[in-house]
Amino acid sequence: MSMSLGRYVGRRLAITVPVLVGVTALTFSFVHLLPGDTVDALVGFRDVSPATEVAIRTEYHLDQPVWNQYLLWVRDVATLEFGESPVTGRDVTTTIGSRLPATLALGGAAWLLALAIGIPAGIVTAVKAGEPADELGRIAALAGIATPNFWLGLILLFVFSVRLGWFRVIPPDAPLASVATAKFLVLPTITLGTAATALVMRLLRSSMRRELDAPYVATARAKGLPERTVILKHVLRNALLPVVTVAGLQLAFLVDGAVVVEGIFSWPGMGRLLVRSILRRDYPLIQAIVLLIGVTIVLANLLVDIVYAILDPRIRY
Amino acid sequence: MNDRHTPERGRIRIVGFDDDDNRSDNDANGDYDTDGATPTGSSAGPTTTAETETMGASTLLQPGRRLENAWRQFRRNRSAMAGLTVIVGMAVLAVFARPIAISTTEVTITLQPFSLAPSDPSATFVGPANAPPSLAHPFGTDWAGRDQFSRVLVGGRYTLSIGLVAVALALCVGVPLGAIAGYFGGWIDEAIMRVVDVLYAFPLLVLAIAIVPILEPVPILGSGYWTVVVALAVTGWIGYARLLRGEVLSIREREYVTAARALGVPDRTIIRRHVVPNAIAPVVVQATLNVGTVVLTAAALGFLGLGLEPGSAEWGAMLAQGRSSLLRGDWHITVFPGLAIFLFVLAINLVGDGINDALEPDQDGGDDRRRMR
Repeated sequence: MSMSLGRYVGRRLAITVPVLVGVTALTFSFVHLLPGDTVDALVGFRDVSPATEVAIRTEYHLDQPVWNQYLLWVRDVATLEFGESPVTGRDVTTTIGSRLPATLALGGAAWLLALAIGIPAGIVTAVKAGEPADELGRIAALAGIATPNFWLGLILLFVFSVRLGWFRVIPPDAPLASVATAKFLVLPTITLGTAATALVMRLLRSSMRRELDAPYVATARAKGLPERTVILKHVLRNALLPVVTVAGLQLAFLVDGAVVVEGIFSWPGMGRLLVRSILRRDYPLIQAIVLLIGVTIVLANLLVDIVYAILDPRIRY
Repeated sequence: MNDRHTPERGRIRIVGFDDDDNRSDNDANGDYDTDGATPTGSSAGPTTTAETETMGASTLLQPGRRLENAWRQFRRNRSAMAGLTVIVGMAVLAVFARPIAISTTEVTITLQPFSLAPSDPSATFVGPANAPPSLAHPFGTDWAGRDQFSRVLVGGRYTLSIGLVAVALALCVGVPLGAIAGYFGGWIDEAIMRVVDVLYAFPLLVLAIAIVPILEPVPILGSGYWTVVVALAVTGWIGYARLLRGEVLSIREREYVTAARALGVPDRTIIRRHVVPNAIAPVVVQATLNVGTVVLTAAALGFLGLGLEPGSAEWGAMLAQGRSSLLRGDWHITVFPGLAIFLFVLAINLVGDGINDALEPDQDGGDDRRRMR
């Protein structure tokens, strides 16, 4: 208990370092695990002149021992130097940079939706546990989790865009921060946010059920606080913490969703870029995207744990 | 459901020596208070010392009895039974959809002669292309004039078996590694758990997508079924390993493990006979729920054109044509395969919740984090 916050953060950082090494090593070995010569993978299995091959061997340091290759690769990656895509000839970093805002906008909107619906629904189902409202919430949550997001997206697209004509089928040719784009994002956000909403709701419900049994709740009620204050001020504040700790998992969940949903709505984000690069065998681009996702999730987990430790002083291990 | 106070599994409980009047509370149900009739609080589970010994012994010596109790508990859960019925029904439909035969050059052995599906799932132009549902084709036909109803029925074979086989393979890797990490601790634990941490940094679908091009050229896997199964098993074991390790950490400190060690029982036997059986319950729940996640991921791979060969009757792959056909207005091509996935995953989740309530009644509603991975 006497462990300070600083020491906890230090220990947590120390665990993160080997994980980051593992994540980079795994992503690095991806191109090397592919069958055949690594040069073939890097040029997309096309015939290239011997001069180009030599150039690529030098650029990716393939003439060096694997350990050196890895270290040199990490050095390049740390400065966001991913090289050129052999398929499109465009700089990988620039390509990702141009796609990233679209994905962040969609993922952020879906996450906000999940919190905006999941938190109130979680409170209601926890307070009314065992009543019809709770049972209804349980069924809705299970249905939300069981619905394949690509199927939901296709159905929404068919009903609201094709039949009713309320939304465009493909994104408008407008900047990201515009009314037209925001309106277009409604359907993709619902598609991506549905399962996340269900999960937030169920997580909050179970953590609130645990908190409601705690002695401090009885104390708060005994001293005559209105039930509303007890729930919203005391129980909710404590019950939200376990929901926050899964933010890293939620992020992974949203990334998986984006991979599918962006394709359905022709949304120019990272998920669609990843699928396209797989289908085109654009390995340097795949490698860069997968690394970006992995590192983001590791850092998100680190951040969540530190924030959690600041919010809850009991957490020092 | 409601508040059920249950002692930890396998731990001998000695409370309430004096009141003999409601001793019947804990005979038939072993260490489970199945109906919540026991008043909560300190008077729960009145037991004499003599009874404690027999109760403890019976739970340790008769694992069958615990399963029996769990099954009784499960059977009373209506939504879980509904889920189980749906799963069994879908499995029966998938098995009896088309005849199954093993054929060699000389002989053909028919294992299953029934055929519920009206036509071969890959036979083209059994009807007009893109026809809406009709009596002859209840789910309509797709762009190549294939009967959608037959394809959905036969498609269950892919989806159900991918879910089962991938989860079973992942369990075969995750359970031993998790048990070893938790039981021995030290550097073995560190090494295994760091690998788990690294794999956890990648979302399930992203990892599977990245693994597919590595696995595809492996000759015995080939493009398709086994690639998908192995990709999902490689990404799936980490959840079981982490969960089981956590359980084993607390179980290895129990008296019966210490006793077994003192008697000179080899570690392998202790892990197999005493540790894993007592730690496995949450893993069983997680594995059940994971069948749903795996099925959704496999279908997403098929939808993206990275799973089974395009054109195969897998539910996800059938939806791959969905977008263009929807834009033409052919809703039936998308609705039915998607509905089949939805029904199956919903049923799996109901069964998973039911198993959770039956095996771990103190975990209210289950840990929903499990549904994410």
